[in-house]
Amino acid sequence: MNDRRFPFDWLLLPLVALVACGLLWSLSSATWAKSLPSPLKTWEMSKPYVLQPFAKRGELDQGVLRFAWYSLVLVAKGYSLALLAGVPLGLLLGMSKIFTRGFDPIIQILRPVSPLAWLPLGLILFQKSEPAAVFTIAICSMWPTVLNTAVGVRAVPQDYLNVGRVLQFTRWQMLSKILLPATLPYMFTGFRLSLGIAWLVIVAAEMLTGVPGVGGFLWQEYNSLIYEHIILCILTIGLVGFVLDRLMSLIESRFRTPDLAR
Amino acid sequence: MNSVIERYLELWRITKTYDSPAGPVNVVQDFNLTIRQGEFVSLIGHSGCGKSTVLSMVAGLSDYSAGGIVLAGREISGPGPDRGVVFQSPSLLPWLTALENVTLGVRQVRREASRSAVDEIAVRSLTLVGLGDSLDQRPGELSQGMRQRVALARAFALDPKLLLLDEPFGMLDSLTRMELQQVLIDLWMSDRKTALMVTHDVDEALLLSDRIVMMTNGPEATVGGILEIPFARPRDRATLLDDPEFSRLKGDLLRFL
Ligand SMILES: Nc1ncnc2c1ncn2[C@@H]1O[C@H](COP(=O)(O)OP(=O)(O)O)[C@@H](O)[C@H]1O
Ligand SMILES: [Mg+2]
Repeated sequence: MNDRRFPFDWLLLPLVALVACGLLWSLSSATWAKSLPSPLKTWEMSKPYVLQPFAKRGELDQGVLRFAWYSLVLVAKGYSLALLAGVPLGLLLGMSKIFTRGFDPIIQILRPVSPLAWLPLGLILFQKSEPAAVFTIAICSMWPTVLNTAVGVRAVPQDYLNVGRVLQFTRWQMLSKILLPATLPYMFTGFRLSLGIAWLVIVAAEMLTGVPGVGGFLWQEYNSLIYEHIILCILTIGLVGFVLDRLMSLIESRFRTPDLAR
Repeated sequence: MNSVIERYLELWRITKTYDSPAGPVNVVQDFNLTIRQGEFVSLIGHSGCGKSTVLSMVAGLSDYSAGGIVLAGREISGPGPDRGVVFQSPSLLPWLTALENVTLGVRQVRREASRSAVDEIAVRSLTLVGLGDSLDQRPGELSQGMRQRVALARAFALDPKLLLLDEPFGMLDSLTRMELQQVLIDLWMSDRKTALMVTHDVDEALLLSDRIVMMTNGPEATVGGILEIPFARPRDRATLLDDPEFSRLKGDLLRFL
């Protein structure tokens, strides 16, 4: 494959791609997609939201990062719940074959269920929109944590367990001194994937429940026919998601231990 | 001085049965061996004959199907820190430093000891294997040879009744292997632990052992013969290689294999 390197290619190449996408966007809005706002129009309409990202002018009229912050807080709640439930479930699955044989089919069936399907159930269970959103985020985002933790436990080299057996570790010592540290790198991969899903779910949850946040703002602006703000929201969601993923990757790499079993 | 216990470790008609597609197979059968306190015994035999199986039964890491193993007057049931094990791969915990890998075990056998006393034992042991300057390094930062040194230090620091070594230098290049054989000799000479080592390196067995146990080929592997190694200690590799007795014993071993 052609992979030529030149000075500042890491900056220039993405810039060229960006300009190309911008052109395509302008062209589209000028020709076949008349209701798609042009890049320039989008920027004009979005200026107050971007330049004063934390402003609060009214309940429905706040800076874009302020909305993102509301979403992040909600994600944090659901995500914490997902980890709290997902890690022990993953440990159980990894440690017990019987437990795996019993619960694996159920997990495989629940895993692909869309957040749009869970949300109404959350609303019925909790009657209020915020707990329903938290519930949906938790149940949709916990699966990668569950599965990666289980895989990690199963991948703990027998050598490490033998160290614990020779030292006559109690069950608790085995868990805290060998199993958990050995599984941590896998768990963090799960944590990163879960966070990605949690952030995906938030928009859907906010749209359906009207909880304030980027997703809620997006839906409200759609209903008010301010299409420029839809694009603003999409870009914000993408950027925030990207930053979250980068942060988790950083944490993940800190916990990566070399596998010396071989 | 205490009198040496003649029957310190006793394996009596040890048999190990594994299930195979063609029905149960006795991998090891009627394996008898008695080891004196303070003796260094090597177990030699072809790959796959069942050497590791015997060792891991003595370690308590795998159950025996019939027979009995008695260590210092007590039948073995399950693994325990009275038997320090060194595996072919160092099996250090990669998230712990060299020192922490050693203290992890010392703390288990010296529960009443203070933190500093535990550290002291571990540091002494690591210094003996030549790692006094690498206490805070993690296994990932150490060479293969250094990792196996930590594994030796970890086993010796437990002050076990018995040392069990399963091809401890099998993964090392020959220069490093010679270095580590010397480290093991020095450690062993310092407190004469009873030791059982699996190896398939004839020179290594001759250099280190008081006796060499030759195993027959499996299945139903058992003791095929035992060689007494008469060389006086401390032994020196160079003088040993010039000794005609060395070539004679080596010939015996190679003929058997
Ligand atoms: N868990 C097991 N199940 C079935 N067969 C096994 C198992 N472990 C070892 N064996 C068999 O027992 C024999 C002896 O193995 P091992 O003790 O590892 O040999 P060595 O250490 O002498 O090379 C081999 O033929 C191996 O295939
Ligand atoms: Mg072996």
